[in-house]
Amino acid sequence: MIEVKDVSFTYPNDVEALHGVSLKIQDGEFVAIMGQNGAGKTTLVKHFNGLLKPTKGEVVVDGVNTTKASVATLSRKVGFVFQNPDHQLFCETVKDEIAFALKNFGFKENTIKKRVTWALNLLDLKKYRKTSPFMLSGGERKRVALASVLAWNPKVIILDEPTIGQDQKQKDRLRQFINQLITQGKTVVIVTHDVEFVAECNPKIVLMANGKILAEGSAKQILTNRYLLTQASIVLPQIAQIFTGLADLGLPIDVINVHEAKKVLLDFMEVNS
Amino acid sequence: MSVFEGLRFRRVSSPIHRLDPRVKFFYVCVLFVITIMFGGTINNPELLPLIVLFFIQIPFVLAAGVKREWARSMRGAAFLVAFIFAFNFIFRYIYGNYESFALLLEYSFAMALRFLVLVESFSIFFLTTSPDHLGLALEQTHVPYEFCFAFTTAVRFVPVLAEEAQTIMDAQKARGLELERGNFIKRIKNYIPLLIPLIVNAIRRSLELAEAMESRAWGATEKRTNLYVLTLKNSDYILVVLSVLMLILAVYVRLLPPVPPLTVLLRI
Repeated sequence: MIEVKDVSFTYPNDVEALHGVSLKIQDGEFVAIMGQNGAGKTTLVKHFNGLLKPTKGEVVVDGVNTTKASVATLSRKVGFVFQNPDHQLFCETVKDEIAFALKNFGFKENTIKKRVTWALNLLDLKKYRKTSPFMLSGGERKRVALASVLAWNPKVIILDEPTIGQDQKQKDRLRQFINQLITQGKTVVIVTHDVEFVAECNPKIVLMANGKILAEGSAKQILTNRYLLTQASIVLPQIAQIFTGLADLGLPIDVINVHEAKKVLLDFMEVNS
Repeated sequence: MSVFEGLRFRRVSSPIHRLDPRVKFFYVCVLFVITIMFGGTINNPELLPLIVLFFIQIPFVLAAGVKREWARSMRGAAFLVAFIFAFNFIFRYIYGNYESFALLLEYSFAMALRFLVLVESFSIFFLTTSPDHLGLALEQTHVPYEFCFAFTTAVRFVPVLAEEAQTIMDAQKARGLELERGNFIKRIKNYIPLLIPLIVNAIRRSLELAEAMESRAWGATEKRTNLYVLTLKNSDYILVVLSVLMLILAVYVRLLPPVPPLTVLLRI
């Protein structure tokens, strides 16, 4: 469990990025942190593995105060996949890239081999095992970065802007993949602006603006609340826009994803014909 | 990193910021020359003129409103200053042939202060001169535009690279990299995961920048004109005159009366 208790954070250049933020993330929960640029989303999640330490307040991960543990120790539990894979890839082969963190955490040689093979298979990268990560496409590099974190099997996985620069097919795969992680009992935290992606995933949403948490709630509650979303400079997902526009016809307004919309519309037509 | 922090330009307006960069550079060069002129020898150290040189620059710092940044660069230089002091002191002490302990101390102090004055003048120059102005100044002194552009671009990308280095460090720390772990060789090796992405990204970015520049017709005309042209104002002339006077005075002091050591003046 991750507990954020009244945390404020000020960067060395005096920019106050977080202002008294409190939040609880339970084990096995799927949370999307949303908000405009500069709302403090990334700053907040960087506290979860101790990359940033709060200026005020405290962050407790599984009973451990982050100020009392190193990033390496915390990372063993909390895997963080950065937005841009080019900020971490440096090895000669994909295989070495995935093994890097495992070596840092001191896994045994044959465990490393097993884990690498497991992660390669998981993200469908087996054929690139001996390829240089720099030769891969953007989407593939992103998958290598993800594999390199999942390899050590952290309890919590943080994905910073996972959908940026990904085509629809990759996004669908990512969604399925996240669902798979959730069913395995992992805690998944994503930081994103992508409302359509979030609407399809249906996580718990934490909405942020100006370094504060505006609201917390289910995707349905938050993504259909035009007032809240405007404050965070986010637009309603397209399906929600259609349904709020058609409220006069007697359709429900809390519909946010395609699958549900289809069902609601079919029922509606059946009743009216 | 804190030394560089003291050299980073912030866009503010002050009489010092508005001075012509060429004139400011001339002033810094004059200070540089004067600083090198003084220092003295082990039995005749010249601490006094260096103290004057150090304090003479304080009004500039105050007028430019860069007190905090300046203080930060001074703090950043503190380690090297202490090192120079200790180095001079220890080796001169071992070498012997000094007349008194006070002179030895004053000499070591003068050497350290000399370095600090140099850092101070360069820090003031870079804190109050925007990279754009610097490029413009180079161009107007007939340096080929390609070089000016390369120079200003390099300067402008320093903060971008610094930020990127920080992100890369975070990303690798999140994968369990511990920079401070292991013996000397291992510690150097620890930097490979930071350097490779940094270099690869810098090369990628430079290629992207080149393409972007070319698609915006970079180098299409032989003779390039500028929207802003640097012209010398009254305040600039005043600084030139002041700098020349300072130089003359320094040369006079250097050549004519011998500068007495502080130790002798205070009769220690």
